[in-house]
Amino acid sequence: MNKTSSLARAGQYLALLGYLVFLVFPFLWLISTAFKPARELGSLHPTWIPQNPTLDNFRQAFDEQPLLQAAANSLIAACCAAVISISIATPMAYVMARHRSRLSTAATGWVVISQAFPFVLVIIPLFLVLKNLRLINTLSGLVLVYVVWSLPFALWMLAGYVRAVPIELEEAAAVDGAGRLRTLVSVTGPLLAPGIAATALFAFITAWNEFFFALVLLKTPEKQTLPVVLTHFLGAEGVADLGPLAAAAFLATLPSLVIFALIQRRITGGMLAGAVKS
Amino acid sequence: MRTRPVLMGLRPVALLAICALLLTGCAAGQERTPGQIRLRFQSLAWQKESVDANEQLVQEWNARHPDIQVDYVQGSWDSVHDQLLTSFEGGEAPDIIHDASDDLADFAYGGYLADLRELLPQRLRSDIPERSWETVTFGRGVYGVPFLQEPRVLIAHQKVLSAAGVRMPTVERPWSWNEFRQVSKQITASMGKGKYAVAWPLKEPVSVTLNLGLSAGGRLFHRRGEDSNKVEVDFTAADGVVPRTIHDQVNEDRTASRTALGMGGSDALPGLFGGKYAMVPLGFSYRQQIVQQAPPGFSWTVLPMPVGVAGAVQGVSPQTLSIAQDSPHKREAMQFIDHLLQPANMVRLARGDWMLPTGLSALADPSLRVRRYGWAVGAELARGLRSAPAQSVRGYPEWKDKVATPAYQEYYSGAIDLDELRERLVEDGNLVLARYQR
Repeated sequence: MNKTSSLARAGQYLALLGYLVFLVFPFLWLISTAFKPARELGSLHPTWIPQNPTLDNFRQAFDEQPLLQAAANSLIAACCAAVISISIATPMAYVMARHRSRLSTAATGWVVISQAFPFVLVIIPLFLVLKNLRLINTLSGLVLVYVVWSLPFALWMLAGYVRAVPIELEEAAAVDGAGRLRTLVSVTGPLLAPGIAATALFAFITAWNEFFFALVLLKTPEKQTLPVVLTHFLGAEGVADLGPLAAAAFLATLPSLVIFALIQRRITGGMLAGAVKS
Repeated sequence: MRTRPVLMGLRPVALLAICALLLTGCAAGQERTPGQIRLRFQSLAWQKESVDANEQLVQEWNARHPDIQVDYVQGSWDSVHDQLLTSFEGGEAPDIIHDASDDLADFAYGGYLADLRELLPQRLRSDIPERSWETVTFGRGVYGVPFLQEPRVLIAHQKVLSAAGVRMPTVERPWSWNEFRQVSKQITASMGKGKYAVAWPLKEPVSVTLNLGLSAGGRLFHRRGEDSNKVEVDFTAADGVVPRTIHDQVNEDRTASRTALGMGGSDALPGLFGGKYAMVPLGFSYRQQIVQQAPPGFSWTVLPMPVGVAGAVQGVSPQTLSIAQDSPHKREAMQFIDHLLQPANMVRLARGDWMLPTGLSALADPSLRVRRYGWAVGAELARGLRSAPAQSVRGYPEWKDKVATPAYQEYYSGAIDLDELRERLVEDGNLVLARYQR
C-alpha cells in the first residue's frame, strides 16, 4: 500500500470517527442529563458525568405521566404497522422488481413522489376519512395511517432487495422442477429475509417516533403514544422540565435500540450469504 | 438456512401485534350513563403543581355534578394550534379549550369558537378587568376567558447589584430605559471581564420587543378605523426605544451578552447562576425553574422591567379558556369554566403555574402578595398589563416568522441599522398583512 492510499484510508477512518461522534453525542448527553439533579442542569459548567447522579428524574417522569401505558400504545402501533406493511409490501415489491412494465415504473415514480407530501397537506382529509370509519381515537386508525404512510418507502426499499437477488437462482430452481410458489418460499424468501427485517425495522422506527398523526388522531390520555406524552414535559415558549423530559426520552429510545441490536447482525451479515454455489 | 431465524423471530411478534390491534380496535368509546353529559376539557397545564391543580378541580367538579362529567385531557403548548385546527375541521374539537389569547384570532374569525357574550356569568365578567377582556375580543365577539397572565420581569443576582451600588428599582419607581443603560454600565464595570449586566435571551425576539415597547408608547400596529380589522405597520420613534436600548447594550455599551441573543430563557439561567450575567429579563413563571435549579445560597430578586414615557405597562397574551362552537353543551361548559375560575380556584391555578390570575378577587389573595419569590412585585405589575399589540392582527404569525423575527435578530446582532429595521418591518410587513386583509 503506498503512502497516498494510507493517508486516504486514515482520512476515511477519521471522517467515520467524526461522524460517529456526531451521532453519539446527543444520545450520550441525553443519558447524562437524565441522571443529573435539577441543580446540575442549571450549572454554567456542565459535566459529562453527573456529579451527584440521581434517579429522581425517572421517578418524576413516571409520577407525572403515564409512560408505561404510552409505551405500550407505541409498541402496539409500531409492531402492527411494521408487520402489516411488510405483509403487503413484500409481494408487491416482488412484482414491481421482477415484472418491469410501464405500470411498475409509474408506480415507482408515484412511490417517490408520495414521500414528498407534507403531513399537514393530508391530515385534514385523512382525519375526515377516519372519522367516517369511526377510527378516530383508536390505535387501529393510527396503525392504518402508519401503514399507508410507510408502505411506499417499504415498497421501494424491498424492491431494491428483490432486484439484488440474482434471477438466475430462480431460473435454476425452475430448471430443477420447483414451481413458482416453491421458488418464492424456498429460494427467494430466505434470501430476502435480511431485507425484510431491515424494512420492518424502518417501518417500526418510523411508527415508534411518529408524533403528528398520533397527536391529532388520539384524543384520550389512555390512547396516547410516547412521542405525544413526551411533549407534556414542554411548556410555552420552549420552556421544558428538562430532567424528567430527558429521562423519558432516554427510555423512549431503548426499544428501538434493543430491537436493532437483536436483528442488526442478521441484517448486515445475512444478505445473500451462501446464495451462490461456486 | 441462515436467514430463517429472522422470519421465525418475527412470527410471534406478528401474531401478538395483530391480536393487540384487534383488541384495541374494539376498545374505542367511553361508558356513558343515559342522560349524562360528558365534556372534554383539553388543558395545556404541564408543570406538576399545575396539572395537579387542574386534575383536582376536575375531580371536585365531577364529584358534585354526576350529570355533567368532565374528562381531563392534557395537550401540549408545542403543537396546540395544529392539533386544534385539525380537530375543528374534523368536528372533533374538545368542548373546553385551554390556549393563549394570541392563538385565538384565526379560530375566532374562522367561526370555530363560541361567542361567549351570552354565556358569561356576570360574576366572571365583572371580576376580570376590561383590559384583559380586550385580549379575547375579536370583532364584536368574546371568544375566551382570560385567566392567567405573566408580566416580564428582571430576575437579578442580588449580591452583584448590591456590590455595584446601584439604585434598586421598585414597582413605584422603576428604572427608565435610559437609566437602565446607565445602571447596566455601572454593573458591568463592577463585574469584571467577560461578564455582563444583562442577558437578553431573544431566541424569539418579536413578542418581547413589542410587549415591552408599550412602555415607551410603541404600538407598531395601527388600525385604519375604529371598527376596522385592517391593520398597518408603522414604526414610530416610540417603537424604536426598546429595540435601540437592546441594540446599544449589545453593540455599543457591551453591557449585554451577544451570545445570549440566540438563547431561550432557560438557556440563560446557568449564566445567571454562575455570575456571568447580573440580570435576565424573563417571564414571571420562570421563577419556578430558578427555585428548582439555582445553587444553594444563590440570592436572587425580582425587579420590574424598565419603563418609558407610557409608564409601567406591558403587553401580554393571557392564557384562556374557550368553548368550541360545535360543542352541543355550551352552557354546561361555561358552568365548568365558572367553577374552574372561582377566585379560590383561580389562585390555585395561578400558584400551580407560577403566574398571575386575571381576576381581581384572586389577585387580592394574600398568598399572591407575599415578598417571597417576588410574588408581590408581580401582583403589583398586574395593573399595567395590556393586550399585546399584535393580539388580533390577522397575518401576524406570518409577519412575525418571515419578516419581523429575522429583521429584529439582524438588528440586535448589529448586522443592520435602525433605518433598515424600520424599512423591513414596515414595507415588507405591510405586504404580508395586506394579503390577509383584502
